[in-house]
Amino acid sequence: MLSDDLVQHGQHVLTVCNACRYCEQYCPVFPALEKRRTFGAADLTYLANLCHNCGECLYACQFAPPHEFGINVPSLLADVRTRSYEAHAWPPVLGRAFRRNGFRTGLAALALVFSALLLATLANGQAIVSSDGSADFYGVIPHGVMVTTFGAVSIFVLVALTISGVRFWRDAHPDALGHGTGVGPAVGDALTLRHLHGSGSDCTSNLEVRMPWRRWFHHCTFYGFGLCFASTTVAAFYHSVLGWHAPYAYSSLPVLLGAAGGFGLLAGPLGLAALRQTRDPALGQEDARGLDSLFLALLFLTSLTGLALLVLRHSQAMGILLVVHLAVVLVLLLTLPYGKFVHGLYRVLALIRYHREDGDD
Amino acid sequence: MNDTPDYDVVVVGGGNAALCAALAARRAGARVVVLERAPRHFRGGNSRHTRNFRCLHTTPGQYLTGTYTEDEFLSDLRSVNGGPIDESLARMAIQQSATCPEWMAREGVRFQAALHGTLQLGRTNLFFLGGGKALMNTYYASAERLGIDTFYDADVVDLRIAKGRFESVDVQIGGRRHTIRAASAVIASGGFEANLEWLREAWGEVAENFIIRGTPYNTGVPLKRMLEAGAQQIGDPRECHAIAVDARAPKFDGGIVTRLDCIPFGIVVNSEGHRFYDEGEEVWPKRYAIWGKLIARQPAQIAYSIVDAKTADSFMPSVFPPIVANSIGELARLLTLEPATLAATVETFNGAVRPGTLNPSALDDCRTEGLSPNKTHWAQRLDTPPYWAYPLRPGITFTYLGLKVDAHTRVLMSDGQPAANVYAAGEVMAGNILLKGYLAGFGMTIGTVFGRIAGEEAARHAVR
Repeated sequence: MLSDDLVQHGQHVLTVCNACRYCEQYCPVFPALEKRRTFGAADLTYLANLCHNCGECLYACQFAPPHEFGINVPSLLADVRTRSYEAHAWPPVLGRAFRRNGFRTGLAALALVFSALLLATLANGQAIVSSDGSADFYGVIPHGVMVTTFGAVSIFVLVALTISGVRFWRDAHPDALGHGTGVGPAVGDALTLRHLHGSGSDCTSNLEVRMPWRRWFHHCTFYGFGLCFASTTVAAFYHSVLGWHAPYAYSSLPVLLGAAGGFGLLAGPLGLAALRQTRDPALGQEDARGLDSLFLALLFLTSLTGLALLVLRHSQAMGILLVVHLAVVLVLLLTLPYGKFVHGLYRVLALIRYHREDGDD
Repeated sequence: MNDTPDYDVVVVGGGNAALCAALAARRAGARVVVLERAPRHFRGGNSRHTRNFRCLHTTPGQYLTGTYTEDEFLSDLRSVNGGPIDESLARMAIQQSATCPEWMAREGVRFQAALHGTLQLGRTNLFFLGGGKALMNTYYASAERLGIDTFYDADVVDLRIAKGRFESVDVQIGGRRHTIRAASAVIASGGFEANLEWLREAWGEVAENFIIRGTPYNTGVPLKRMLEAGAQQIGDPRECHAIAVDARAPKFDGGIVTRLDCIPFGIVVNSEGHRFYDEGEEVWPKRYAIWGKLIARQPAQIAYSIVDAKTADSFMPSVFPPIVANSIGELARLLTLEPATLAATVETFNGAVRPGTLNPSALDDCRTEGLSPNKTHWAQRLDTPPYWAYPLRPGITFTYLGLKVDAHTRVLMSDGQPAANVYAAGEVMAGNILLKGYLAGFGMTIGTVFGRIAGEEAARHAVR
């Protein structure tokens, strides 16, 4: 999965790190590498997914380029990380499609899904353009169709992510681990983004300056996503258990959760994309395949179309907005196993391993 | 012609002492310029390669364990020095080291607990989070915020000093020569360890085989100009801090990762295949700094540390792979040593090893008998293949030759009078306190304490 050149380069870089160790209190990457003497592809993959690509260790490195040792850990691990996403994608054929050009593949998928939905709706004789103002979503796309489509896609995504996660865990050779499950501390680290401000203050996120923005925008994105997911879940509960049907009032729980999450999902991805613009290129090619941008764009569009649908649900545009929104959400779901979303999965698995090696419960 | 100087204080150098001086002078109200010879990427002199400083403290702190008193600090200093030192300056360095952490934190410096593998320093030395380059980045960022002008690639070619009075500095920046006038000057340009010609003058031909562990920019030009202008010299040009580094290290700037900690675990032979010094004389932190000079005195200035499979995992990993062989004869061929001699050396050594209980962290009772020299601790037979070898060369960290200063860090001229407006800080004046030997982290203490004093004094003189 990793090219021999990349593994060889990685061994050189991490061997220098292991003989130096000045960075050991920046983040878990360094204590983890100190437990090793040699660095194979599996070690590199594990360390790459512990790395938050912040830049502290590059800026603090007396052996950073143009020094002849040429040590640049963030850039090395960004390369390895990109490869590890590709190598563990399932099914591999879809992984390959996104590997060539994630952004273009994503846009193509979006166009395709949108057209399919639109055609299906039109063929069914649903009133797309001339909505009667009743905000009757199921008048555009019947509830059964929605549930079947999204249910099937969700199951596929869950299966794909599970297979990817299991393969990632196995490839990291989890034999010879310490005590404890490591799950608690790992999840805690992930939810608080502890290692983006691990040494008492914020990390250098995209430039040689310490700023909290990357952490806050990530929180907006992650918790925004979580609130939107909660909104959908509550709505599903209302519909199927309580028999309360959409549209829900502005003061209802699904709308409140969805609106709060939606604003997070507008601000977060926008902020993260903006930070990307000023990013120090020395930190490496994090977005080599356009998958980061695709993920951020889809999150942003999901939120934008969702909020537009909320505001304009009594207008004539409701029908077409609904189709657009559902198309965006469907493509977002479909691309989850192949895009930047997987970093959350692999990061947590790497952190679990890290805490296990440390013997934490 | 306008007689107003361009700056109040010119700081010659760009390492820890220079930046401490610049920041202190700026905070005292002076207009300050820093002339750093290195490009931005390599700024910070040898401070880039450091990671802690030694610090007096009377109560345990967040990052320092226990206490470290003035008396203990001074006696540690005396024990490595082997000669009379300027005790009042030494006491100044020690006493004022206690005030450094707070001052540094105000400039934005972050600290950390002692690193794994350096725990023996956790009581006496405060570690910079991320090491010396991170420290220097912080100081440079603070300097920029405070409006200190910093020039990189600024090669000082001359210092104009008349009758003990500094007038201006000639500096080559990006191919153009400038004259910068200032009311006072701080010389904080380090030693001359990267000046191969000067090293050759002091050491002769053997200097060809020295490896310079730190910056290639410390060629000692400002030091030499000061001496030519009549400043008093202190220290012996042959004295230097030199450790054993991997012979495969780059000529300059290999830093911390080229050191080898394996010496106490095996034997060390020279190019003739003979042992030449007790590898187990003392615990490694107390002995690593003598091995540079020991190897410098061997033929061709090279030696080989040899360990066997029993101890291969006992020391910090090296950045270079060991040279591995399954027999001593094969190892000798790989090292281009005479196989019969090396085999005889190992056999004699093995025969002289007395039974004992190995304890790598204490002076144990594993020793040899009847050898010259004996190995007095951690002596184990070399009998378990594969055998590992590392080639060793002397690696110079810094030199001691410098400028004599008074308690205000004013440079003393040959007539015994202090220069009117020239101050010195850091390695360029460390010889006032250290004649030889070294205490880990003390160079940074000297740089921080005397850098601050020099900056304040220079500013006071200038804005008076």
